[in-house]
Formats: sequence, structure tokens, C-alpha cells
Amino acid sequence: IIYAAKNFEDVRCKYICPPYKENSGHIYNKNIFQKECDCLHVVEPMPVQGPDVEAYCLLCECKYKERSSVTIKVTIIISLSILGLLLQYMVYLTLVEPTPKRRLFGHSQLIQSDDDIGDHQPFANEHHVLARSRSRANVLSKVEYAQQRWKLQVQEQRKSVFDRHVVLS
Amino acid sequence: MVNAGVMSGSGNLMDFLDEPFPDVGTYEDFHTIDWLREKSRDTDRHRKITSKSKESIWEFIKSLLDAWSGWVVMLLIGLLAGTLAGVIDLAVDWMTDLKEGVCLSAFWYSHEQCCWTSNETTFEDRDKCPLWQKWSELLVNQSEGASAYILNYLMYILWALLFAFLAVSLVRVFAPYACGSGIPEIKTILSGFIIRGYLGKWTLLIKTVTLVLVVSSGLSLGKEGPLVHVACCCGNFFSSLFSKYSKNEGKRREVLSAAAAAGVSVAFGAPIGGVLFSLEEVSYYFPLKTLWRSFFAALVAAFTLRSINPFGNSRLVLFYVEYHTPWYMAELFPFILLGVFGGLWGTLFIRCNIAWCRRRKTTRLGKYPVLEVIVVTAITAIIAYPNPYTRQSTSELISELFNDCGALESSQLCDYINDPNMTRPVDDIPDRPAGVGVYTAMWQLALALIFKIVVTIFTFGMKIPSGLFIPSMAVGAIAGRMVGIGVEQLAYHHHDWIIFRNWCRPGADCVTPGLYAMVGAAACLGGVTRMTVSLVVIMFELTGGLEYIVPLMAAAVTSKWVADAFGKEGIYEAHIHLNGYPFLDVKDEFTHRTLATDVMRPRRGEPPLSVLTQDSMTVEDVETLIKETDYNGFPVVVSRDSERLIGFAQRRELILAIKNARQRQEGIVSNSIMYFTEEPPELPANSPHPLKLRRILNLSPFTVTDHTPMETVVDIFRKLGLRQCLVTRSGRLLGIITKKDVLRHMAQMANQDPESIMFN
Repeated sequence: IIYAAKNFEDVRCKYICPPYKENSGHIYNKNIFQKECDCLHVVEPMPVQGPDVEAYCLLCECKYKERSSVTIKVTIIISLSILGLLLQYMVYLTLVEPTPKRRLFGHSQLIQSDDDIGDHQPFANEHHVLARSRSRANVLSKVEYAQQRWKLQVQEQRKSVFDRHVVLS
Repeated sequence: MVNAGVMSGSGNLMDFLDEPFPDVGTYEDFHTIDWLREKSRDTDRHRKITSKSKESIWEFIKSLLDAWSGWVVMLLIGLLAGTLAGVIDLAVDWMTDLKEGVCLSAFWYSHEQCCWTSNETTFEDRDKCPLWQKWSELLVNQSEGASAYILNYLMYILWALLFAFLAVSLVRVFAPYACGSGIPEIKTILSGFIIRGYLGKWTLLIKTVTLVLVVSSGLSLGKEGPLVHVACCCGNFFSSLFSKYSKNEGKRREVLSAAAAAGVSVAFGAPIGGVLFSLEEVSYYFPLKTLWRSFFAALVAAFTLRSINPFGNSRLVLFYVEYHTPWYMAELFPFILLGVFGGLWGTLFIRCNIAWCRRRKTTRLGKYPVLEVIVVTAITAIIAYPNPYTRQSTSELISELFNDCGALESSQLCDYINDPNMTRPVDDIPDRPAGVGVYTAMWQLALALIFKIVVTIFTFGMKIPSGLFIPSMAVGAIAGRMVGIGVEQLAYHHHDWIIFRNWCRPGADCVTPGLYAMVGAAACLGGVTRMTVSLVVIMFELTGGLEYIVPLMAAAVTSKWVADAFGKEGIYEAHIHLNGYPFLDVKDEFTHRTLATDVMRPRRGEPPLSVLTQDSMTVEDVETLIKETDYNGFPVVVSRDSERLIGFAQRRELILAIKNARQRQEGIVSNSIMYFTEEPPELPANSPHPLKLRRILNLSPFTVTDHTPMETVVDIFRKLGLRQCLVTRSGRLLGIITKKDVLRHMAQMANQDPESIMFN
């Protein structure tokens, strides 16, 4: 009764029996729970009689497996949809909008640039940019601004890793 | 410390989208943190909370929440890491089988899941199930013959190329930091280095997705190293939700150490091994509190993975071993031989891989990462398909090699000649002579061994997530199994030789080749990574018993000795050196007799030290000094004549303070005097308003005298996590030693290239 919720097909008890006397090797599969997974329940019809039954059962190897088909289905479908979304976004980024819009950043200085060595006010434009962003308060422009900032960061990362081979060679 | 207009976290969506305003106390990218300052800030915060908790009930509850936030973070990390590992395992299982065929009843089932309810019961057609069809059956309706083979071959290669191409494109477009193993960079981050974005949300997402793709594509790489990176990304994400960890870089690294333990725990199903791996390999400082919390995170992660149950048998890892046959003392000799093999292979792999990675870094090869991945995948797929041992995924190969042969096995490796009158139970089968299948398997395994050794050298380090635990274990397992079968057959056919006579009677189960495979895997893994205790504990947690500890330890110790004879560095330290990260290894010993004067800057002939005076420089002088030099900090002295040391000021804080003062304070102009004392200096009547900057001055910088031996200085840097140290003589400032100088000096003493240290 406790097991009624579990899908019957998701449990399996497998007995692998090697050749014994005149019988050739045989595999017995049955969808029953672990409590009933023993030789007498699974090996049916029993090929040997009487005292040979115990000897035959000792030779057999038992494997019990459980799975959750719902978990597998949900996981695979969600993973495939995430992969599909990422691929679509990647196609959009590569073909439709390859470079980040620098116009949003005034004089195009990167936020965390370590190229600008002699710059004694590296955060000047950040303040300038922040002042600009506070003036338009709606969500869409904020999202666009965050997206452009992210694209610049990724471009910096790409330069460090792929072009200059500074990190992660 | 005054926060210069920082937006304190109010936690709504708009602030999430806004960029973080840099305040006094955060660090720049690719710089090292100041461990002492982080520790003192945490103590301050804790003291403030404790003193406020006596005021009201609400404050008391807040203090309780603060104390418990550490455990909440560990719980969340364990849950997310376990879930991600389960998702990765399920997805890899399905996608690997997608290269060979598809399930018709439900496309989301892998081969084994599809044949779950099959009714075939005779032994001959146990592998057939009509619901699963190979590509040749689906496309041209043939399942045997040359055309079917060629079509399957082609589909295998095409799927592998597709997966690899998608993976490298995703990495390149979305998160370039997601490539590689991640463990060398995490080691550096945990020692105090900052790499912004390395543990970010996009890196987490892309690393998980591309890990599934590359493991399914059949490349010779594993998922354990990348899982550590994924777990650390989870750790970073959850620690940013609590201000106790998000504002303090030192505390955050404690969380990351524990997250690394959770990552290894789900990769191997070994919680204790994970904690020891974090202690031995990954972490820099590991206080006892972190030990207990890491254990908790690792257990939660393992438990979560177990409840997802990706492999169906409640085991966390595909190659879990369940036999307990004993081993004999005389077998220690082949085990030690396997240890020597592991050490030699480790040395060979490290040297060749570093040479290849250096070539990729410096020549034109590095300009075509996507093409490189595609070519390597194509070569791997083309050579791997014909050999059945390389066609299956590496985890399945290791599982097959680790497992003992039952009475009725399907694989060629277990094709022994059975005695028809045998009546022994299934786990005590005596040694049998090898059949034809075993001999075929032996030369196929030999070819697989050579292939894996060669191809892993080129695969590790490409611009895709790649780990090397599984390939090294595969190499060791193949070698071990071959040795084991050799010993088994020797014992069977020559059981009257002296070495076998004492312990191996005919008709007994003497030799277990699966055990030799495990020992070989441990030896090779130890030879490459130079792990000791954590390796043995991981392997014994994989086997579920203490019987095999002695052979595993013998092999691990031998392989480490042999490998250390050729070179002191493991693969991760070698990659750290290759990239020039500022990592001061605790395992390196500094035994030279140099003094602090030999290493400090300025050397003889160099321009004098750039210092600030305590009350005689103007704002304009300071700005010019900052613009002309790129030092990270400046010592502050009494005056240019008597160079007595007052303290040390960081560059970033100077810049912010001056900028703030110009914008907010009244009357600060370029001619204003900047002073670091308590009281402003005596100024003539019409001078502009002076600028007080005492709050950014560190009044207790570390100093050593010029005759301090470098041994002591290196020890101080290591134990306290310093970034710089000032050198004085009789109270007068002589020079400065930075961490970069120390690393360069150590490299020079070890006859390596001192210019390879790149970062500060």
C-alpha cells in the first residue's frame, strides 16, 4: 500500500543464472520491489526440482535497480529547452547584434579595464554613466543597460582568455 | 571607515540590474586581497553585532541569524551542487547513447532505460531490445553488414562533432572563463587572488551545459574538475546573498573551500574524500571551522545526489565496486609495479601537456580554438569508434574494468572457460583459464591504453571544460586490469611455482583482476595530481570497504615517490606556473641564504622609492605621483629628510578619497596640502583648506629589518597572506618587498624564468 504511489515499471529485479547441468544460461526479469526480490519469486518457472533448487539459486546473480522515469523525463526536457534557448540567444548575439553599443557608455572606457595604467581617475566615467542611468528609470532601459555592460565584460574576458592568453591558457 | 556613497543592498530588482559602485574596501580585478584587513573587518562586524544584540529582542534575533547564516549557506550549496551533479549525470547518460541510436518509445531514455522492461530472457539475445534502434536501423533499415557499420560510424562522428562545436561556441560567446578544468584558478583564488567573473552566474550556467556536451561527445576528459568549479560558483552565488560573506573576501573564501569539498563529494560519491581534497589540494587557509562546515556541505550534496539516484542503484558513481574478495601479500609486488607505472605516466603527462599548452599559448595554434576543438574531436571519434573499449564512455569503461567477472558475463573481458561441474556461488568463482575473448580483449585494451595516453595530452587544456581525473583513472585501470589478468593466468597455469604455491591452491579464487584495475587507477591519479591522503580516502570510499587500503596506499605512495623524483609539481601547480599566477605555494621550501636587502626594491641603480610625506605634499603632487607610477600603494614617511615610517596608503583608496574630496568637500583645490596626522599642520594665512586623509592610512604595516633572512620573509608572506612588506633599518625606510618580488626571487633561485610571474 505504501508502494502504490511508485510506478510499478520503475523497479526491476534481475536474476542472471549460468548454465547448470542440462540447463543453458538464462536471465529472469521481473518488476517487483526489493522486499520480494529473491530467487523463489523471480526465477519462474524453476528449471530444476527439489534439492537442486538451492544449488541453482546460489549460482544466480541478483541485481536490483530502481529509477524514476518522471525525473529522467523532466530533467532531459528541461535541459534540452535550456540548451535551445541558449543556442537561440547565441545566434541572435552573433548575427543580429555582435558588438556592444558603446554609445551608452559615453567615452568608451571599460569599467574594469586593467589596460589603462596611467589613468588617475578610472572611475570618472562610471559616475558619469551612473548619473545618466538614474535619469531613465524604466525597467527596459535598465535591462538593456545591464545587457550591454554584460557584453562588455564578456568581451574583456574573451580578450584575456582567447586573444592575449593571459588567463586559462 | 567611511563608505563613499555606497548603495547598500536594498535587494530589489532595479539594484540587481545596476552595476555595483566600488566602495572603499573592495579590490580590483587581478589583484590580491589583504587577508589581515579582511580578518579585522570581520572581527569588527562580529563585535558590533554582539554588542547590539543586548539592546533589543530584534537585534538578538539578528545576531542569531548572523551566526546561523554560515550553516544556511552550506545547506544551500550542498543542495544546489547535488542537484546539478544529478542533472549532469542524467543528461550525460542520455546524450552519450544518442551518438549510437535513439529510443523509439520515449526519446528521453538512454539505452539501458529504454530496455528496462524488455522481455528477452535467453542469454543469447539479452542485449537486443526492439525499442532501441541504432541509427543505421532507423535510417536505412539495416542492422548488420558493412553499410550499417559505416553509417553508424559516420553518425557517431557527426554527433561528436556537433556536441563539441556547440560547446566551444557557447563557451566563446557567453562565458570564456568556463573553459579548462578550473582547479588551478580556484587554487589561486582561494589563496587570495581576485578574478572577477570567474565564479559568476553565467560561468556557472555555461560550464554546466557545456560540460554535458563535451563529456557526451566522447572526448578523453572527465567531469570532476569542472564539477569543483561549478560547486564553487554555487558557493559564490549563495555567499553573495548574505552580507557577512559578500562584503568580506576572506570569509567568502572559507565558503568556497567548503563548496570545493561538496564538488568532489558529488563527483566521486566520497564526502570525506572531498573534504580531504579541499584541504590538501585546493584550499590555502583551512581553519577547523571550515573543516566541519565542509563536511556538512559535502554530506548534504551527497545525500541530494543519492535521492536523485541517476544510476538506478542508489550509488553516486557509475564505477562503484561491491566485491570483498581478499588479496594476498605476494600481490604487493605487482601493486608496487603499478605504482611505478603511475608515477612514470604522471611525469610524462605533465611534461608533454605543459609543453603543448605552452605552444598553444605562444604560437599561432592558440588563434584557432574552435578549429582545434573540432580537429581533436574528429580525431578522437575516428580512432575511438572501432575499438569497443574506447567507443563506450570512459566512466563505463572504468566500471567494466573495476568489476569482477561473474559466472555468466557478456563482455569479452570475462570470456573465461567455465567448468560445467562448478557449483560455487557467484562471488567465489575460482580462477579459470582465459578464453579467446580475453586474448582479444587484451590487445584491444593495449591499443586503447596507447590511444588514451596520447590523446589526453592534447585534450586537457583546450577551450572547453575538461577534467583529468577520469582519463587518468582510465589509463591506470586499463594497465592494472592487464597486469591483473596476466597474474591471474600465471597463477592458474603455473600454480606449482614457489611464489604461488603458498597462497594459491588450484580451485581457489586467488587473483581479482578488478582490484588491480583499481590500484592502477589510484596510482595514475596520484602520479598526475600528487594527492596522497585524499586519493586513498576517495578510492576506499569508492570501494565501500577497508580491505583494499593497504594496496591502494602502497601504490599511491610509490607513484608519488617515483613522480617526485622527476619533478616536484603536480599538474595543477604546473598550470599555475604556466599562467604566471601569483600563488605562493605552501609546499615549496625556501632554503637559500639570501637576505631581505637582496630582494627589496629599489635595488641599487633604480630610482628611489616613491613615498608620500605626512604633511608636506599637495593634492596636485599626489595626483602626479599616482599618474606617473603604477604602484599599488605608497609608504608614508615623516618627511623627505628623516625617512621615518608612519604607515602605508593604498593607491585605490587614495584615488577614491581625492575624488570624493574634490567633489564633496569645500575648498579643496590642487594646492591644498594633504596631511595624514591628527592635527592639521601650521599653514600661512591664505592657504586653501587642507585635506585630512588619516582614515585611509594603515598605521601598522608589516616591517622587517634589512638583515632578515628571506626564509623568514617568505614564511611571513605565506602564513599571514601579506601583499607587501616594508624594509627598514634603524627605523628608516629602505625599501619595499611585494609578493611579486618574492615569487620572482623564488623563481630565480630555482633557475626558472622570473619574468613569467605576471600578476601582482
